[in-house]
Amino acid sequence: MKNLEDLEKKINSELTTKINKTEIKHNQIYLETDKEDLVDICLFLKTNNDTKFRQLIDITVVDYPERNQRFEVVYLFLSHEFNQRLVLKYSISENEVIPSLTSIFPSSNWMEREVFDMYGVSFKDHPDLRRILTDYGFEGHPLRKDFPLTGHTEVRYSEDEKKVISEPVKLEQNFRNFDYESPWEGTKYIKEEIDNNDKKN
Amino acid sequence: MTKKIKNLNLNFGPQHPAAHGVLRLILELDGEIVEKADPHIGLLHRGTEKLIENKTYMQAVPYFDRLDYVAPMNQEHAFALAIEKILKIDVPIRAQYIRVIFCEIGRILSHILNVTTQAMDVGALTPTLWGFEEREKLMGFYERVSGSRLHANYFRAGGVHQDLPQGLEQDIAEFCESFPKIINDLESLLTDNRIFKQRNVDIGLVTKQDALDYSFSGVMIRGSGVPWDLRKSQPYDCYENLDFNIPVGKNGDCYDRYLCRIEEMKESISIIKQCLLKMEKGPIKSLDGKISPPPKKDIKQSMEALIHHFKLFTEGYRVPKDEIYTAVEAPKGEFGVYLISDGSSKPYKCKIRAPGFSHLQSMDYLIKGHMLADVPAVLGSLDIVFGEVDR
Repeated sequence: MKNLEDLEKKINSELTTKINKTEIKHNQIYLETDKEDLVDICLFLKTNNDTKFRQLIDITVVDYPERNQRFEVVYLFLSHEFNQRLVLKYSISENEVIPSLTSIFPSSNWMEREVFDMYGVSFKDHPDLRRILTDYGFEGHPLRKDFPLTGHTEVRYSEDEKKVISEPVKLEQNFRNFDYESPWEGTKYIKEEIDNNDKKN
Repeated sequence: MTKKIKNLNLNFGPQHPAAHGVLRLILELDGEIVEKADPHIGLLHRGTEKLIENKTYMQAVPYFDRLDYVAPMNQEHAFALAIEKILKIDVPIRAQYIRVIFCEIGRILSHILNVTTQAMDVGALTPTLWGFEEREKLMGFYERVSGSRLHANYFRAGGVHQDLPQGLEQDIAEFCESFPKIINDLESLLTDNRIFKQRNVDIGLVTKQDALDYSFSGVMIRGSGVPWDLRKSQPYDCYENLDFNIPVGKNGDCYDRYLCRIEEMKESISIIKQCLLKMEKGPIKSLDGKISPPPKKDIKQSMEALIHHFKLFTEGYRVPKDEIYTAVEAPKGEFGVYLISDGSSKPYKCKIRAPGFSHLQSMDYLIKGHMLADVPAVLGSLDIVFGEVDR
């Protein structure tokens, strides 16, 4: 489909129940779905003659710790034929296992490994689910919002043991996060007034 | 008497000159034939994405220089475009031309490095020496415009940091006149060179279908005959106003990719020339004081400018809640930024899509059945830089 609106209609009519929400913005189409329908949708998007999203650009996860379904998994597709981009999303909760796309897109292999490494999301039927970017023997999932910026361990070469060892991070000064966004609160009585107003509202 | 033959496991890297950085490649060899390749990456992982989440939008720009460090400004470009699209700000036309000029300089920087080191991997030393002389001139341009040879930190959302210094336009124009001769010299050393061809022709073949399946982009997909270039298909900045061709390979082997890169350098020179001709005087960054810092001169006299300056460099500008994927045609392929903003002055999430990551992934498939000596040739033509693969 040449036109994004036509594509949206086509997807909505073909996949009716499987798509929860569609939206067009920034010249791209955004779809929301459920975990169960992922493989069907990807197969459709890849093979259908009106969509032809034959390239998987990337897979990533967004972490929203305050939500019930903590992780939002995001797939980015590209169609060379129609020069269109598509973003497919669904939410899952922690410890949920999601289907792997390796049988449809071989390139998803490392992308899924990266998601597993960075967020701890596991994939079903993945041929080789190992950590990829972090160190051998690393613990934790660095891109989760609750993982500290400085990490938990630091490595150094120990002259005594004649090997590289890792030990808990010791910082002379902790990472300082300045909150410039809160405007000057003013003197105490103004702050109290603001708080009271907030309570009333 | 029968002898049992066992496959040999070979550790290639992480400290190996032909690994183009810190790649640990575990090869399973049957004699000299590679049966399996398992790249171990992440030795240069610095947690760029995590760091960006903790910095303001302006502070995040330097991290992009450190991804693909042979063509820094191309990465900054993707990030700047993503922010601009969310903020819906226009970039002055002069800034667009400056950005395109420096992106093309970045492309030449990257392609010189790749072509010449690939030649070195297969045994030719001279191209490296000749090519690096030209890279030095280009990095000189980087230094004059941004203050540093490599980590430029020059592009901003809404334009560029500063205008070109006096005389730089003429010097770039002079370079454009002299450089094609150097490309011809390099070609005379390599293109018809018997050894270079023996080492590269029909090595690392990629079919069209596999290029799609393995998410290839850039030269890796064009070398296989797919005329796909984001500068043409999804033009950004002023690429629409420029006239250039997209070199496409036929066979999808290492040699075709080398030819594509040589041709692309010639196209880049032509793009830079056109930009220099079309460029006019004018502003080089958005005039919106809430996004671009005011000129130093104004800070001394205008209270408003002083406040803007203070707010921009402490809090930074806020970006409304939105999400966007923006990609640019970096020298190595499609470099993309998936940016999620939450209305604050820091990105909520910034996923970086590095072309090298997908390319390196296919190493196992590309090298299976080749000789051990072909490993550096294939690796060289993949154009891997570990800054972006490991992030």
